[in-house]
Amino acid sequence: MKPRRFNMRSLILNTGSSLLLPLLVLFSLFLLLRGHDEPGGGFIGGLVAAAAVALKLFAEDYKAARDMLRVHPLQLVGIGLVLAAVASLPPLFVGESFFTAQWWSLDLPIFGELKLSTPLLFDIGVFLGVIGTVLTVVFTLAEAEHS
Amino acid sequence: MDLEVLVALPIIIPLLLGALSLTVLSNHSAQRWLGAIGTALLLLCSVWLLLHTREVGIQVLEVGSWPAPFGIVLVSDMLGAIMVVLASITGFATALYSLKTVRKRFERFGYYPLLHLLLAGVNGAFLTGDIFNLYVWFEVLLVASFALLILGGERAQMEGAIKYVTLNLLSSALFLTAIGLTYGLVGTLNMADIAVKMASLEDQKMVTVIASLFLIAFAIKAAAFPLFFWLPASYHTPQVAVSAIFAGLLTKVGVYALYRVFTLIFTADTGFTHEILLWIAIFTMLTGVLGAAAQFEVRRILSFHIISQIGYMILGLALFTPLALIGGVFYIMHHIIVKANLFLVAGLMYRLGGSFELKKLGGLYRNHPGLAVLFLIPALSLAGVPPLSGFFAKFILIKAGVEASAWWAVGVALLVGLLTLFSMIKIWNEAFWKASPEPNPAVPAPTRNALLYWTIGLLAAMTVCIGLFAQPIYQMAEMAAAQLLNPAGYIEAVLGGTTP
Amino acid sequence: MEVLVALMLGVLTTCGVYLVLRPRTFSVVLGLTMLSHAVNLFLFSMGRLHSNAPAVIGAAQQHADPLPQALVLTAIVISFAMTAFVVVLALRSALELRNDHVDGVDKEEEPI
Repeated sequence: MKPRRFNMRSLILNTGSSLLLPLLVLFSLFLLLRGHDEPGGGFIGGLVAAAAVALKLFAEDYKAARDMLRVHPLQLVGIGLVLAAVASLPPLFVGESFFTAQWWSLDLPIFGELKLSTPLLFDIGVFLGVIGTVLTVVFTLAEAEHS
Repeated sequence: MDLEVLVALPIIIPLLLGALSLTVLSNHSAQRWLGAIGTALLLLCSVWLLLHTREVGIQVLEVGSWPAPFGIVLVSDMLGAIMVVLASITGFATALYSLKTVRKRFERFGYYPLLHLLLAGVNGAFLTGDIFNLYVWFEVLLVASFALLILGGERAQMEGAIKYVTLNLLSSALFLTAIGLTYGLVGTLNMADIAVKMASLEDQKMVTVIASLFLIAFAIKAAAFPLFFWLPASYHTPQVAVSAIFAGLLTKVGVYALYRVFTLIFTADTGFTHEILLWIAIFTMLTGVLGAAAQFEVRRILSFHIISQIGYMILGLALFTPLALIGGVFYIMHHIIVKANLFLVAGLMYRLGGSFELKKLGGLYRNHPGLAVLFLIPALSLAGVPPLSGFFAKFILIKAGVEASAWWAVGVALLVGLLTLFSMIKIWNEAFWKASPEPNPAVPAPTRNALLYWTIGLLAAMTVCIGLFAQPIYQMAEMAAAQLLNPAGYIEAVLGGTTP
Repeated sequence: MEVLVALMLGVLTTCGVYLVLRPRTFSVVLGLTMLSHAVNLFLFSMGRLHSNAPAVIGAAQQHADPLPQALVLTAIVISFAMTAFVVVLALRSALELRNDHVDGVDKEEEPI
């Protein structure tokens, strides 16, 4: 049986994807950051970002998508998990229970008040973890198709 | 506050280690160091947690400062703490053993991160006090075990994995259904709170339905009769180190869950549920040992013996007397160490003898007398020969059976002990005693096995110690059983008193 | 609405159980997916069924129980991951074993 090539190149998809990609990535970051008390969050943001890379995979090929990501998707999962796990630790230093949310606010000269928190760190961890997991699955399937 | 964080450490340490070793996926030596030193650290923390729990009493940690019935709590009572220590011992031994046996190809596919994730899932399941959180930890350890099971991607692994995955996902679906019904009935997920609210319900019929659903779901996970088929189909296929940690821990998580819910929550209708458990225990013991008698592959024999041993543990729960629960807990402690060790010995037998098939093995006693001794210790302990750990475990259980006049169970337990001895002697005769079938073993024996001997020796020494110094171990099992029989203490620790 | 949800649950479970018992891995995967959908739907309905009730207190006259929604979200994510894994496993094993029978051996057909 001859291996079938994964090939559905089309000019429209190619051009469209290069326009859509930055938008999708931006949108995923927007979803990630507004997620604390409005619909959004790390999980959905991560899915959108993963969809962006998957779009690259469909529009061009497996290699282009891998190159765009630069790191191995499993490493993304690792970094995400480290961030999420680290987010549980700060409250221990101020004498509160494990995983209690901590908020710090910074006063920046132009932008005004900036609120940083451990839930945000956790969400970023989830974001990276979801991108990594989804892309691991997608790449594994694409590889199986190749071989 | 200060020491409460101890309860979270056995979960957070392997999670962090797994994440860290994922980030250094291509650096093999870093992964190995993280594996060995990290699991050693985990072991230290778990022992500390156990000693602290024994000293002070049940430890409760409210995650994220959310008060008890609403937030997730982590609870360390004696049973949970003992299980965590056992898991850490197995994890440490497996990590040491993996240093020399796991090839780079597997390390690149994430062997060590998966190992840590598995340990995190197992410890999470042992420590959580929330029924839905228990489900989540189950899934964490399942996903890690799925991936570990197919690492390498050989034919037999794929075939076994499909059965393993399908049946475990079915069991998860049942578990989730049971959780849904529980929530629909009492509107809470905290196990202590569920216990209080279920006891005050007027209509106990629904409670029994939920109990049966939990029973089926956990019995599949524990590989109890008649739902054990996934275990012998899959446990002999992966890497030996993986088999060892699976054999030591995975089914025991199911047993632990049975112990937890059937002592804390479903104690109202013991005439029904524990009677079923008793018959499950009897048939599990019998089918496991009879299945083993028909096998001639070392790992398959050992896999079937896991099933029969699960029967003993469930027997302890089913009799539901103080002595029986002590016996059950003691049995779990003894079994996890012995079983993991036997699989590790089987791996070394393969390295030295070139096969797992009894027909092709032989002459190991003449060539490697040290290994022969190290095999005999866990093997005889498994069969229950005094003064090793298995003797006391079986003795307590059978005494409890006699006191409860469960004659069928006592008879079967004795018979199964005898058949286990037969099985172990079969391996001894074929692999160690008889002359080697071929003058030259097919696989040239790798030379640097010192670390493997040390690992196996360490576990064997523990087995001997449990037997020789049974008194302190018995006392810990006694404390665990006392806490299980008196759920009011657990409920009090979780729901009242800890929050200001 | 209860009847509709109950019927849906019944249909999904029936199809799921039937498909899981089939000999081909593909139908087993589909069956597992359907069963997990059924369980998720069931879990959701355990928070009692309301229409036009957001899961926020004070936003409307009536509010829905948010907890089952959170549970279902978690369960969906987990079953999504599991399904992805099973699909990859089934694909790999079909390539490795040269057939898609759950026992790894197809008794009816000659291997390809």
